[in-house]
Amino acid sequence: MPADTLSTAVRPVGGKGTRLEIVEGGTGRPILFLHPGIGLRGATPFLERLAKLGRVTAPAHPGFHGSDVPPDTTSVDDISYLYLDLLESLEAPAVVVGVSLGGWIALEMAVKSARRMAGLVLVDSVGVRFNTRTVQDFADIYALSSAEIDKRLYHDPSLARIDYPNTPPAELEVIARNREAETRLSWSPYLHSPHLGQRLHRVDVPTSVLWGESDGLAPPAYGKRLADALPRATFETIPGAGHFPHIEQPEELAARIARFMATLPVPDVASGRKEMSR
Amino acid sequence: MRVFHFSEQPYPDAWLPEYPSLRVDTPNGLCDPKIAADLFHRYQDEWMLSDELGLNIMVNEHHSTATCLSSSCMISLAILARITKRARLLALGVPLANRNDPLRVAEELSMIDVISRGRLEMGFVKGVPFEVAIANSSPVGMMDRLWEAHDFILKAMTTHDGPFSWETENIRYRAANVWPRPYQQPHPPVWITGASASSARGVAERGHVLATFLSGYATRAVFDVYRDTYSKTWSRPAPADRLAYLALCAVASTKEEALRRAYKIAGYLRTIGAVSEAFRNPPGYMSVADNTRALMNFGKPRLGLQLPSGRTVYAATATCEELIETGLLFAGTPDQVKQQIEKFTVAMGGIGNLLLMFQGGDLGHADTMDSLTLFGREVLPQLTAQDAPAEAVA
Repeated sequence: MPADTLSTAVRPVGGKGTRLEIVEGGTGRPILFLHPGIGLRGATPFLERLAKLGRVTAPAHPGFHGSDVPPDTTSVDDISYLYLDLLESLEAPAVVVGVSLGGWIALEMAVKSARRMAGLVLVDSVGVRFNTRTVQDFADIYALSSAEIDKRLYHDPSLARIDYPNTPPAELEVIARNREAETRLSWSPYLHSPHLGQRLHRVDVPTSVLWGESDGLAPPAYGKRLADALPRATFETIPGAGHFPHIEQPEELAARIARFMATLPVPDVASGRKEMSR
Repeated sequence: MRVFHFSEQPYPDAWLPEYPSLRVDTPNGLCDPKIAADLFHRYQDEWMLSDELGLNIMVNEHHSTATCLSSSCMISLAILARITKRARLLALGVPLANRNDPLRVAEELSMIDVISRGRLEMGFVKGVPFEVAIANSSPVGMMDRLWEAHDFILKAMTTHDGPFSWETENIRYRAANVWPRPYQQPHPPVWITGASASSARGVAERGHVLATFLSGYATRAVFDVYRDTYSKTWSRPAPADRLAYLALCAVASTKEEALRRAYKIAGYLRTIGAVSEAFRNPPGYMSVADNTRALMNFGKPRLGLQLPSGRTVYAATATCEELIETGLLFAGTPDQVKQQIEKFTVAMGGIGNLLLMFQGGDLGHADTMDSLTLFGREVLPQLTAQDAPAEAVA
């Protein structure tokens, strides 16, 4: 199998063997990709490029796609512990790439322990609240029409359109499942953990904060504020992208990540190796 | 058969074409509190008349809406508990999955039961989809929260030896101890709404009253599941008083006048869907399977009601004649209404509780009083006269 070909498997993850659907591919330094609230839909072109940079592991979060959702794994906090277990099972400290919800999960992991992280890439991440009590940090997707949401999430909203009648039922079920799973994690507190902001000083890992210029859900000003609150972060914007640069600018996003990875120390792949539980 | 008069206590003055959404985001600047006061008083007067006529009373609650001024079943019932004499007082319902304080629910319901000297019927619902935004309660896991709150409330009402504690993800109390305890023992009757086979089974297994709303002749299938599950669980046939059905009702001395009144009441049906798209179906409110089906039918008309001719109509656009054919409306002279109700209840295999909306939309006070009076004097006695055989058949 060519190194950059992606494959999908369902594997037990973490101490309790939670069964997750995982997309994998590539060789080299481990890269953990954490998807946004729409799941892994539309992510394949980006993941193929990412797989040229290292060994990609892209789990579907509990409740998304074909992943189980155990009754005790219903919050971003729960998932952060699950993925800290997952990092332990990888060959070397990983570069963790999180988009939106995935960035929130990555931050929740990093404040607990960045020991198994070589670098952190936050792409249009949510998770922290900065504003006053009557000003929301993020546009409320649960109070907007679908047309308005598409406009806010995409530089080119036509990309968001789904031809429902011509989409296979299995794919529609994934869409319905992902929407429910996203809501389970993000309804309230909306897209953030109230105490995460006061813990950001613990994110002791080189961090690249990348932001779609046209993000109308979490605007670039929010991204800059997040980067400023992190001890080792840089901030860059990506033109021609909204909230999901991995979908709208996969080539450019991968190039930015490649440049960031080139600044990281060469990994010691032999250290701390563990077999991934099967 | 027991009949309950129901009104949503609407505020039709704010039903304006320039505000197509009547729920969640409708500015309360459209509400004149003086008009609202008059409306509350007249709706209460209509329930007092119902009480005198031998009808029972049903109230509900909704939030941030011009379709229903009652934002708490408890407040409407607290008043009625004191000013009515005989009527059973049904709250249908208290939105348990949208209230995060079930101990307060148990306290308030117990108080109403005591003030009314044991006339409360406790209806529990999970809550409508568009109101999760107002309650800020997650649309995911609502049925679990409904049943857990139900379990907690019944335990709180039936525990008499001091405080108990309850600690789960959804409900945390260190000292639950309800004063006063309910008047009815062990607790007031419980009603739950349901429209599907699975919800009917859950209600039947607990022996509670199953209420279905505006589901027409298709209701029979749900009632059959209830009766089947009930008899298996309780080793006896389900009494007719375990089943309830909600429809619209207009009575007048002529059919033409009754249909004119019915059309106004049906303003209720025309405004049910009057809510901005974002709030209609929050993710997780429906099951993944139901949402998958909804996506498969994206852009197609939603499920309609089938006429005996096979033609499909929709509640919001059907004529009154069509609504009568589907079983959503009983309307006409007293004789005609009696015949329509009898035909429907026979088709359902017996119903012990009819929940009838004598007021809806902008139907005025005089019309409502007249319709109630005609029903109470000329229809109700004939329906209740047949109670004994109807119960035996069921």
